Amino acid sequence: MKGIFQIRQTMGRRTVAFPPKENPLPERFRGLPLLAPERCQAGCSACTEVCPTGAVSLKEGLHVDLGQCLFCPLCEEACPSGALRFGKDFALSASQREDLSIGEGKRPNVRALEIELRRLLGRSLKLRQVSAGGCNGCEAELNASSNVVFDLGRFGVQFVASPRHADGMVVTGPVTRNMERALRETFAAIPEPKLVILVGACAISGGIFEGSPAVAGMPAGIPVDLYVPGCPPHPLTFLDGLLGLFGRRRG
Amino acid sequence: MTRSLLPLANGTAASLEEVPLWPVRHFRERILEAAFEGARLAALLPLPGCQGRPERLLAVLIHDPRGTLLLGAGDLQGASSYPAFTPEWPQAQAFERDLWESAGLLPEGHPWLKPLRFPWLTDGEVIPGPYPYYTMEGEELHEVAVGPVHAGIIEPGHFRFLCHGEKVFHLEIQLGYQHRGWRRLMTEAPPCRRAALAESLAGDGAVAHGTAWAMVEEALRETVVPPRAQALRSVALELERLANHAGDLAALAGDVGFLPAASYLGALRGDLLNLTLSLCGNRFGRGLLLPGGVRFDAGEEQASRIEENLGAIRPLLEASARLLFDASSVQERFQGTGVLGKAEAEALGLVGVAARASGCDRDVRRDHPAGFYRFAQIPPQTLPSGDVYARAMVRFLEAQQSFAFLESHLRALPQGPVRSRAGEARPGRVAVSLVEGWRGEIAHVAVTGEDGRLLAYDAVDPSVHNWMGLALALRGQAISDFPLCNKSFNLSYAGHDQ
Repeated sequence: MKGIFQIRQTMGRRTVAFPPKENPLPERFRGLPLLAPERCQAGCSACTEVCPTGAVSLKEGLHVDLGQCLFCPLCEEACPSGALRFGKDFALSASQREDLSIGEGKRPNVRALEIELRRLLGRSLKLRQVSAGGCNGCEAELNASSNVVFDLGRFGVQFVASPRHADGMVVTGPVTRNMERALRETFAAIPEPKLVILVGACAISGGIFEGSPAVAGMPAGIPVDLYVPGCPPHPLTFLDGLLGLFGRRRG
Repeated sequence: MTRSLLPLANGTAASLEEVPLWPVRHFRERILEAAFEGARLAALLPLPGCQGRPERLLAVLIHDPRGTLLLGAGDLQGASSYPAFTPEWPQAQAFERDLWESAGLLPEGHPWLKPLRFPWLTDGEVIPGPYPYYTMEGEELHEVAVGPVHAGIIEPGHFRFLCHGEKVFHLEIQLGYQHRGWRRLMTEAPPCRRAALAESLAGDGAVAHGTAWAMVEEALRETVVPPRAQALRSVALELERLANHAGDLAALAGDVGFLPAASYLGALRGDLLNLTLSLCGNRFGRGLLLPGGVRFDAGEEQASRIEENLGAIRPLLEASARLLFDASSVQERFQGTGVLGKAEAEALGLVGVAARASGCDRDVRRDHPAGFYRFAQIPPQTLPSGDVYARAMVRFLEAQQSFAFLESHLRALPQGPVRSRAGEARPGRVAVSLVEGWRGEIAHVAVTGEDGRLLAYDAVDPSVHNWMGLALALRGQAISDFPLCNKSFNLSYAGHDQ
């Protein structure tokens, strides 16, 4: 017993404030891309050539689709002029798929849910997680979201063991053919009203597995309320997106 | 004249022509002779001929006492079947099921010929379909079916328990839900996708799989990796091991309801992930590795900051783990639970933490050292009891070694560049790499065709060897101990299913 308190005393309080007063992530963290298309050299397409998922596009000026982006360093490294760099901002989520495509000065945006839903779920949200081909990266970060550091529980959010107990479903992975039916059945088993949250590049766009014949993708007909980009998204990115749905991003 | 199997060092390549080729029956004899002398199976893959059909079998064996890999090939001579290895060599079971399932080769006489990954599902078909579960009959027996979706944030898989009351007679683990067509993408998708694919095979082992991939690319391209990059790869690999071992100890503590250790170790796991984050911008080490070296250097200031942090984390981690291991209620739950004997572990070809906890003395870092491990040894930690306690304790002992390793090397990283230019892949070569990831031995095998492009690629996650170990460890256990046993192995579903 004494040992328990000694460690507790040395470790101190570990839970991070949310939203944090200042961005706690280190210099090298790759968050929201900072785009400066005016720096692009004529005819240069170095970034699109190296991008493993086709997330970077030059068709209508320099754009990055955060839903496809792995936040790998390849484009930044290939860019000769500094037109494309990764910033430290971890707020990456959006309520609409098309809002994930960002150009110069455009940020992804989470719209708060309707007042009825916020009233119903805003202080007690139970989520069922389904991994459908996830590599255990996104799953590990979702697990970490509930630990003493990120402590989702303080916002009334909890992952539960049955879809019958849930208000929503969190999907990770590109949705393999072999998991498609289990995913549909889980969704069907959740009582209305229900939220659907896609976490990670794989769930949003297929990510690095896009185009594989073994991958079915998110089934049509399942409406999505929140897209959380990343490979995997940092727990703060998940917290930010989720709380954004309830208009609770700002303290 | 009979040729012997081709010896190959970890992380090197040979010409395909040097690999001895026998008619498949002779090949089988040669391989089983080597197995009898103690060689283990690392990989068994079909090599396509000119019409895309499998023409040859390539076997990669590991001979630990000799510290070498052994390669041999069998000529199928147009046949679509061959006599199975598994009856005499159980550790081949998953590999031969894979050959049957993905290459259409029938291993004749295989005693457990069932789907492994269901890679061929078409529209409307569902997994598992008519899966031939092992059955028993009796009035008082019952079956418990669990999964694919589990009661937590866990990857999917199906578990079928044959029980008599609480007691489990047999557990059958049926996987494949996570199959993403990884191997096919690795050879057919544009090469710029390979790094991210390697890191995504099992995302909690991104550094280990990324390193194994980079090593085979380097072997094919005859690229020399600078010493500083080798050292930084080891730093990242040991940080990955530390974070995962801490996380596993936390989860084991959570599974037996010992919450202080679960909370402390969970937070410390995050602190360790954050050190990797500070090094390369991602908590799992993504983006760090590339053929020829590493993408991020740790300058003097950063290296000493990581070292300082480790100095603060280590005493807390050790004290938290001692809380766990010293509690009699925890000992009661860990000791004697989920026992896997050494003979079974050897027969199944178990690797990594699970193997060492069953007394099998094997660790790639000592037996087949590559890169920085050639200069800095980490002796394997083994325990004889094969139970949950041993699998937990091996993790703790290894974590302490990783701390010591990082403390002694972060301060004295070799000087020089961290990457060199990788050339073009040479044609007609086979390259093999082994990496001791935190779960255990990872093997990557790459074969180039006559045009220098990848002809075949395979990656064997430790989970491919070890899932059957978990099934056997459950025999005779109470079904309520399954979560604890499962967590003590903590195998990858995605790594297995590819």
